[in-house]
Amino acid sequence: MSSLLRLATAGSVDDGKSTLVGRLLYDTKSVLADQLDAVTRASVDRGASTPDLSLLVDGLRSEREQGITIDVAYRYFATPKRSFVLADTPGHVQYTRNTVTGASTAQLGVLLVDARNGVIEQTRRHAAVLALLGVPRLVLAVNKIDLVDYDEGTFEVIAKEFTDHATALGYGVGDVLSVPVSALHGDNVATRSDNTPWYTGPTLLAHLEEVPVAPDPHDEPFRLPVQYVIRPRTEQFPDYRGYAGQISSGTVRPGDEVVVLPNGQRTTVTSVDTADGSLEQAGSGASVTLVLADDVDIARGDLIAAAASAPDVTDEFTAALCWLASKPLKPGARVLVKHGTKTVQGMVTELSARFDEQNLSVEDGPETLALNDIGRVELRTAEPLPVDDYGHAHRNGAFLVIDPSSGDTLAAGLVGAPLSALGVG
Amino acid sequence: MQVRTDGREDCSQVRTDGPEDCSQVRTDGTNRKEPMTETHPPVALDAGLDAATDNLAALESEAIHIFREVAGEFDRPVILFSGGKDSTLLLHLAIKAFWPAPVPFPLLHVDTGHNFDEVIEFRDRVVAEHGLRLVVAKVQDWIDDGRLEERPDGTRNPLQTVPLLDSITEHGFDAVFGGGRRDEERARAKERIFSLRNAFGQWDPRRQRPELWNLYNGRHKPGEHVRVFPLSNWTEADVWNYIAKEKIELPSIYYAHERDVYWRDGMWLTEGPWGGPRDDEEVVRKLVRYRTVGDGSCTGAVESTATTVADVIAEVQASRLTERGATRADDRLSEAAMEDRKREGYF
Ligand SMILES: Nc1nc2c(ncn2[C@@H]2O[C@H](COP(=O)(O)OP(=O)(O)O)[C@@H](O)[C@H]2O)c(=O)[nH]1
Ligand SMILES: [Mg+2]
Repeated sequence: MSSLLRLATAGSVDDGKSTLVGRLLYDTKSVLADQLDAVTRASVDRGASTPDLSLLVDGLRSEREQGITIDVAYRYFATPKRSFVLADTPGHVQYTRNTVTGASTAQLGVLLVDARNGVIEQTRRHAAVLALLGVPRLVLAVNKIDLVDYDEGTFEVIAKEFTDHATALGYGVGDVLSVPVSALHGDNVATRSDNTPWYTGPTLLAHLEEVPVAPDPHDEPFRLPVQYVIRPRTEQFPDYRGYAGQISSGTVRPGDEVVVLPNGQRTTVTSVDTADGSLEQAGSGASVTLVLADDVDIARGDLIAAAASAPDVTDEFTAALCWLASKPLKPGARVLVKHGTKTVQGMVTELSARFDEQNLSVEDGPETLALNDIGRVELRTAEPLPVDDYGHAHRNGAFLVIDPSSGDTLAAGLVGAPLSALGVG
Repeated sequence: MQVRTDGREDCSQVRTDGPEDCSQVRTDGTNRKEPMTETHPPVALDAGLDAATDNLAALESEAIHIFREVAGEFDRPVILFSGGKDSTLLLHLAIKAFWPAPVPFPLLHVDTGHNFDEVIEFRDRVVAEHGLRLVVAKVQDWIDDGRLEERPDGTRNPLQTVPLLDSITEHGFDAVFGGGRRDEERARAKERIFSLRNAFGQWDPRRQRPELWNLYNGRHKPGEHVRVFPLSNWTEADVWNYIAKEKIELPSIYYAHERDVYWRDGMWLTEGPWGGPRDDEEVVRKLVRYRTVGDGSCTGAVESTATTVADVIAEVQASRLTERGATRADDRLSEAAMEDRKREGYF
């Protein structure tokens, strides 16, 4: 049985990200003959002698024409040990928007640098965004190592600088790995390179296959946002009433004491159902249907939480916003807040700080948050929400900010003060 | 169990409020049969049920979550259902998402008329077994009344767009589930799970909403709709492994069988309502199967001896051609064929 690892890649233009992703697909035999034919043909048309693997991933026509990557793309590859979903996030324009999107579901981030340039502005920013979003592990791929003659010293300097930066952002030393690679030639991507005898760590792919991903479910409190009330009223199930949702954190078992929020009623789980039968236990990520002991009033938008460690229910909270829209945010803005399965009206009452990812510092009281800015705000909502601190339970601390008139997603929201976890604000 | 007495909205009822004037609409919106196994003994938690550690369990949970979000937030969702492999998987997951209640959506088939009999037979049987409601939009009707014109090459896949959009408008569908997967083609790699379409069904890759965590934003203006792709993160191998694990029945043409075929445009085609071999095309009897099912005029069979799911999985693993490249002529027309059709409102 193979497990699933969701990863996000980030790097700045021309560091070789498309080539690296193409290389991963190619070396795991996830590229099939007709795709490779098309790429080989296109490469020959451009006068190249070997297939340009970056063409495997630059999918939209405008990208192929301009040689750029304009949007997050998802790639799939698998080895006998693991299946991978890779969010390929472009590095130049709108980088925060794309990195935030890719990072929101990632269990690991792969950052790319060009060995000739080392850690640059963009690398520091990407790492900060990944840290903010709580991506638990980072890999630095020191690419184009062939262009620095596979020099150990160059690699060591870059790896140390990056590790120092990552630990300043809160990563443990064991959560960060640097690998010298050549995406173009394949060194240390899937096969260990003879050109880097001084490197003793795993290849990039071996690391992706081995790195632990499953969170310890006992660490996080149980949370399930109710998506839908299942009430068949059929002959076979005349009285069945179940609350369907995907467990956002923790585990649940029959007999568990739970509380329904926001109204605060307590009850007991009698059954954890799926179409395949009832479960003795289910954990984070599982879509289940809970049957409860008491006749409590529950609808879509409610949260079922462990009674012993329930979140606060509040209509005022502090949050970090990653602003994703071209229209800037100003204090007093009226917005919609989508948290779990509930959407409520809200207002941004204060812009308290804007994060300067570059210097890892904050600017107090900014007048606006513009596209790609990350800031700390105060929010008020029309109805109270059962929110966790993002750092405590990611999914129940996450929300969307939506434009009430256009319906567009304006920002990714993280409840609490995750910026201070970065050592700032 | 208790029955809610407060009269508050809950969404667990089958929607039967679609226009019923179309002669092909089945109106028996009740589920009589239990789709899944009859008994539901408690089972111990094993790795196979753990979404954190098992690939297929994670994909299943993700898809179920998507179905339930749409049921909770949209007024009139519909599942595109052709009887093909991906749409059959889609329906299977929908049934699991709402068990033990019936699926709260109707199905829509945009029928090119260029069908394989086995697939239509299968489609109708599945619909009847689960007591579902099927809306059929026949491309032929659009051709007959002049809204569409047959193409010189006789292929009808590109003609599906107009009947699809007309049906969406006619029935007021606001969410349309499709079986598209991001691994199928490079342009799809960037498609969102919730893909907003304008009143003309068009997709604008530059105007996509960022999709964060598992929080989907389905807000749309009147006249717009959202295409929803619960299988976005599945690969062809995942689909087949899941079909094996869940013992999902498929139309027989997905498995190796003897068939009279002729070679055209690098594919084995078969005779059907779309026409047959030209004089210079030799008909041969071969052991073949289909990897995708679409308009028979441009869906090729592949030579195969795979008669079981396990055989097919082995074949897919060893395969050197992607599904679409192997068997869909329309996708090979141009490098950007899919991107163009998506912009036009095709899936
Ligand atoms: N020598 C060398 N060139 C590389 C390597 N990786 C990528 N390149 C080249 O760097 C250029 C930019 O690569 P690309 O993958 O498009 O970069 P992206 O903008 O980060 O996606 C291309 O000309 C690649 O062939 C590498 O490991 N070694
Ligand atoms: Mg690129």
